[in-house]
Amino acid sequence: MNAIEKIIATHAGLKTVKPGQIVDVKLDYVMANDATTTLSIDVFQKELKGKKVFDREKVILVMDHYTPCCSVDAAETHKKMRQFGRDQELNYVYDGVGVCHQLMLEHHAKPGDFIIGADSHTCSYGAIGTLSTGMGSTDVAVGWMEGKVWIKVPFAIKIRVSGKWPQGVYAKDLALKVISDLTAKGATYKALVFEGEAIRDLTVSERVTLCNMGIEAGAKFAYMQPDEKVKTFMKEMGREGYPLIEDDEDASYERVLTYNVEDLVPQIAYPHSVDQVKPLSDFEGLEIDEVFLGACTNGRFEDLETAAAILKGKKISDKVRMLVTPASNAVYMKALERGLIGTFMESGAMVSPPGCSACFGGTIGLIGPGERLLTTANRNFKGRVGSPDGEIYLASPATAAASALYGRITDPRKVI
Amino acid sequence: MIKGRTIKFGDNVDTDQIIPAQYLSLSTIQQIATHTFEFYGNFANDFKPGDMISGNDNFGCGSSREQAPAVLKERGVSAVIARSFARIFYRNAINIGLLLVECEKADEIRQGDVLEIDTQKGVIRNITSDSNLEITPLPAFMQDILNCGGIVKYIDNRRGDHDGLECRDRTQLAIIAQKNMT
Repeated sequence: MNAIEKIIATHAGLKTVKPGQIVDVKLDYVMANDATTTLSIDVFQKELKGKKVFDREKVILVMDHYTPCCSVDAAETHKKMRQFGRDQELNYVYDGVGVCHQLMLEHHAKPGDFIIGADSHTCSYGAIGTLSTGMGSTDVAVGWMEGKVWIKVPFAIKIRVSGKWPQGVYAKDLALKVISDLTAKGATYKALVFEGEAIRDLTVSERVTLCNMGIEAGAKFAYMQPDEKVKTFMKEMGREGYPLIEDDEDASYERVLTYNVEDLVPQIAYPHSVDQVKPLSDFEGLEIDEVFLGACTNGRFEDLETAAAILKGKKISDKVRMLVTPASNAVYMKALERGLIGTFMESGAMVSPPGCSACFGGTIGLIGPGERLLTTANRNFKGRVGSPDGEIYLASPATAAASALYGRITDPRKVI
Repeated sequence: MIKGRTIKFGDNVDTDQIIPAQYLSLSTIQQIATHTFEFYGNFANDFKPGDMISGNDNFGCGSSREQAPAVLKERGVSAVIARSFARIFYRNAINIGLLLVECEKADEIRQGDVLEIDTQKGVIRNITSDSNLEITPLPAFMQDILNCGGIVKYIDNRRGDHDGLECRDRTQLAIIAQKNMT
């Protein structure tokens, strides 16, 4: 078995599983956020006639998509979530302290865990060796009730990445390139497994960026074998003591794709699909109206640090507005201590409280008709951030910062 | 047998197109559903309850929001036909009892075509173009779920009470599903 099959087998109480097999798995956590939780609450209370969730320490609620609330409807949603949290005596109800996936990585997920979340980017935790995937509100409500869910064991695609990372090229550029090659449906029902020296050379933060975007190719799971960097990360987060699971010698993969990052240049995904990707040079000089640095994709300390290094002592163009949203309070505080927040504000950028912010058109940072947004988030769908007549381009934090300086899409290698 | 007129879309219809993010926080699915495909005139202006939707590849990609299939069901979409569906959307739709039909030749369907779907025989009759399109018959397990109106009611019917789901029911379902899928 490969590591993914081994984690599924462990959680299904079976010795072995094989791709295509349907099994019931025990859940280590069930995460839900404010974009979809009220539906789950309705299903749990009205349809399933649920009384108590299976484990009050393992059901996690996060208010991040609509926080701080900008509408009465959103405030009502939050009120309902808080009430459910109190009624169920849940231990973890996070309110305005970070994006759900960042909080799961900081406080809960462990290598070898099996986690479902009511959010498609739940696949992010594969970066630390957690098997995690997004599901809908009904599946999540069933998960709350039973602590189990049925799942089909996926076939796996290996993405083997070699080479030394060139300056100005990041995990985000690789993610976009891989999605472009796989297409938006290329990994549907599959697991993506990243390995190789270029993956080992990435920080845990950048690994999360790669796994986060697995869903943009349709993947059920994204996964990386945990290593010393993950052990250090887990130690810093105060969570140790978990089994390390590795591929067996006979581990099988449906196919293997190989990349060498030395051949990679900065990439841009252009409207309105994440698999529409070209080298940045094709868009060099394109005027933009807004820059967003943040999201579960690229709102971590390392992302802010990369962008701040480019912006330090400079002013962003008066043709753009720039919004910076740290992925969590912990990220925000570290950025504050290290002077990054000051750098952003001195450069003319806005800094908002942690949350999904302008990745999701629910609160702030919306664009108007005909405007262009360059964002470090994970989706460029039509109308995702404001007007459906606007355009969204995806790029790395370095590209975002470099482009903010000129008000045009700019190759970060020119300013690093 | 289900008969209806088609509203046509292309590849990669994402959940933000079906229901934009800013409406997910409205209190009821009825309120949310008034914004279904609101930026797409072919749906926003022309849809009538009972109409079908057809797309090409990867219908329902993107977010896990169950509101996407839920608003289609709420508005009275009788079926969604596509060459392929995104994983989470597919699972959500079956869970809530919205009929999805996979059809390799879905790209041959045009806006306004009147179709007749026979899930038992595995065929779509295109009355407008006078042709037949083959579909993969739904596994019996999924057909049963749809007939019941969703997974919760399906399990309730099997169990006959409301004391909460029992694991063995779902394991049983999974075994049936597996037999039908493999």
